[in-house]
Amino acid sequence: MSLLKFDYSSLTPGKKLAVKYFIVAIILFGAQLLFGLIAGAQYLVPGLFYNKLDFNVVRMVHINAMVIWMLYGFIGSVYWLIEDEAQTELVGYKLGNLAFWIFTLAVAVVVVVYLFIQIGPGNQTSLWLINEGREYIEAPRWADIGIVVCVLIFFYNVAATFMKGRWTGIAGVLVLDLVALAGLYLAGMFYTPNISVDQYWWWWVIHLWVEATWEVLVGCIMAWSLMQVLGTPRKIVQTWLYIEVALMFGSGILGLGHHYFWIGTPEYWLTIGGFFSALEPVPLVAMVVHAVYDAGKHDFKNRNHPAMAWLIAHAFGNFFGAGVWGFMHTLPQINLYTHGTQWSASHGHLAFFGAYASINIAMWYIAVQKLRGDVPFDSRLPHAWRWKSALALLNIGVLGMTMALLISGYEQSFIERAIEGSTWAGYFKAQTAKWFMQGMWWRQVFGYATALGYVLLVWDLMTIGKDVPQSVIEADRKERLHGQKTRG
Amino acid sequence: MNKTPWWASESFWRKVAVWITGGMLVILIFLTFDTVKKITAGSSRVPAYSVINKRIYYRFNPERGFMEPVIGDDAPLFGKMLSEEEAEKLVSLGKMTIQAKNCMNCHTLLGNGAYYAPDLTKAWLDQGWGAESVRENMMVSFLMDPKTNGRGYGTMRRMPNLGITEEEAHGIVAFLKWMSSIDTNGFPNNFKTIPQEGDQ
Repeated sequence: MSLLKFDYSSLTPGKKLAVKYFIVAIILFGAQLLFGLIAGAQYLVPGLFYNKLDFNVVRMVHINAMVIWMLYGFIGSVYWLIEDEAQTELVGYKLGNLAFWIFTLAVAVVVVVYLFIQIGPGNQTSLWLINEGREYIEAPRWADIGIVVCVLIFFYNVAATFMKGRWTGIAGVLVLDLVALAGLYLAGMFYTPNISVDQYWWWWVIHLWVEATWEVLVGCIMAWSLMQVLGTPRKIVQTWLYIEVALMFGSGILGLGHHYFWIGTPEYWLTIGGFFSALEPVPLVAMVVHAVYDAGKHDFKNRNHPAMAWLIAHAFGNFFGAGVWGFMHTLPQINLYTHGTQWSASHGHLAFFGAYASINIAMWYIAVQKLRGDVPFDSRLPHAWRWKSALALLNIGVLGMTMALLISGYEQSFIERAIEGSTWAGYFKAQTAKWFMQGMWWRQVFGYATALGYVLLVWDLMTIGKDVPQSVIEADRKERLHGQKTRG
Repeated sequence: MNKTPWWASESFWRKVAVWITGGMLVILIFLTFDTVKKITAGSSRVPAYSVINKRIYYRFNPERGFMEPVIGDDAPLFGKMLSEEEAEKLVSLGKMTIQAKNCMNCHTLLGNGAYYAPDLTKAWLDQGWGAESVRENMMVSFLMDPKTNGRGYGTMRRMPNLGITEEEAHGIVAFLKWMSSIDTNGFPNNFKTIPQEGDQ
């Protein structure tokens, strides 16, 4: 690491732990992109890795790597901010470190089993040791238990540190949110032959994580980041955080109903799910207003331009990806035709990237600034084209994939669902339609752009701030010492 | 004086956040009790597993305005009438096999999963199986040897060989037949079924 000239010695225990989580998150982000590219290619070259590394395995690694890297990113982000927020040292560094290694080892074993054993016979042993076969939470049961234990250790560390130090509004929201996050995972840890009951609880994990507790978690990270990067007063960010929690849980908890239209659940969910999920974009609008207003109020002046850019990307990405793209097909009258088509893939790509990948990347830039000895990442930063190009490529790449998948999704909804009535022949008729396949090709092209953006991002994170001239560091130090406005 | 009005204060919104979250949770819990009762196997929306002994149709209901499953006469799966217990065991073997073989990362079930292969919600009723008389056996041979018996309808996509045994294949067919009897509020819409005895 001395090669990269990072300054670890000044880091507090929580921040040291955070860096470990960030490193694994970055590696798994790369794995997600790699397997995404393979899965995309299998639409174009269906024989690729046939009976060796089939689509179901590739796609499972693609989405699981994403879920896990984002969790790593969130845990790392909380460890990064907690000591500043609580104004005390992390209570259980050793325990947190142990949990990190157990978690990471478990992830490594699960990935090896996914890739080399892949599937098993239809019995409980397979579900416990190989693969649970339920989208997003495929991890075998033993790993589920490990995840819960690690999350509980994380929860203890967060709650105990806040209790020992300063209890803030952000602390309160964060701790309660983590209780929900850990508790909800349990809803996915059982077997039933009844697929309606299975999917009822499965959505408790998937929806209430992704569309409720994760959103609130990033709300906390955003609140802290705005104070950190822009110097927004605590009173403002905490009031906004409560508004967001009220709107997020107010719409998102019953918004769960948009997953209960077609799984055997009663008809009243069509109304409840339609109504509340239509409200789900509202808190995301609030977040955009909040972030842009705060940034504008400070004339966008800050010492970490890449982090600020990614925070703004997060606010807009969350609103468009989760809000607009979700709303487009959330009403049952439309969802009847779009459910289970490439529309969902289009929404999924922009939402996960916009809402969660972006804010994690912002946190990495906040962390790396500290690792560089807190040099300014502003307009005086050398090689700024790197972070700007990474930002542009990643955003253009994901937006391009989203649009391409949307076009394929339109085709699929029209041909397979509306005209052909969802028969197998109808499914394949849509899959071979010219515009559907064009969408798939463009998705692949933009997938490569995203991957290139990732390579640039990693390169930038490893090198950013290394060559800041001493004169700039001195000037920045003086500016801060005299309380002058930092540069734009 | 620059005093923050009550409606913009931190403490007001903290209370709002707590009450809204609590209220929504209570409603969700209440609805969960009701829903779980209505989707337990043996209810009107999710039939008992022994429904695999019957013929299952998917017909338009003008009153509800969408298609719904209709349970018909006896039509035992693989020619054998099963008790409720035996039926549940067979359907469960099918469900467990579907999970262990990771089917959901290519197919969708009730519309959920991946989009690389067709939706399985009404697969039992699909016209692709040709005729009612050969359907069960076609499904079994397809599942056991998809490389030989599979069809990609011109896409070149093929299901891989997943090492499914005959017993597991019977289980999967039973599961698919049972799943096709679930009332899914009209999803998938306008589905064209295989001709079955009793169809007008």
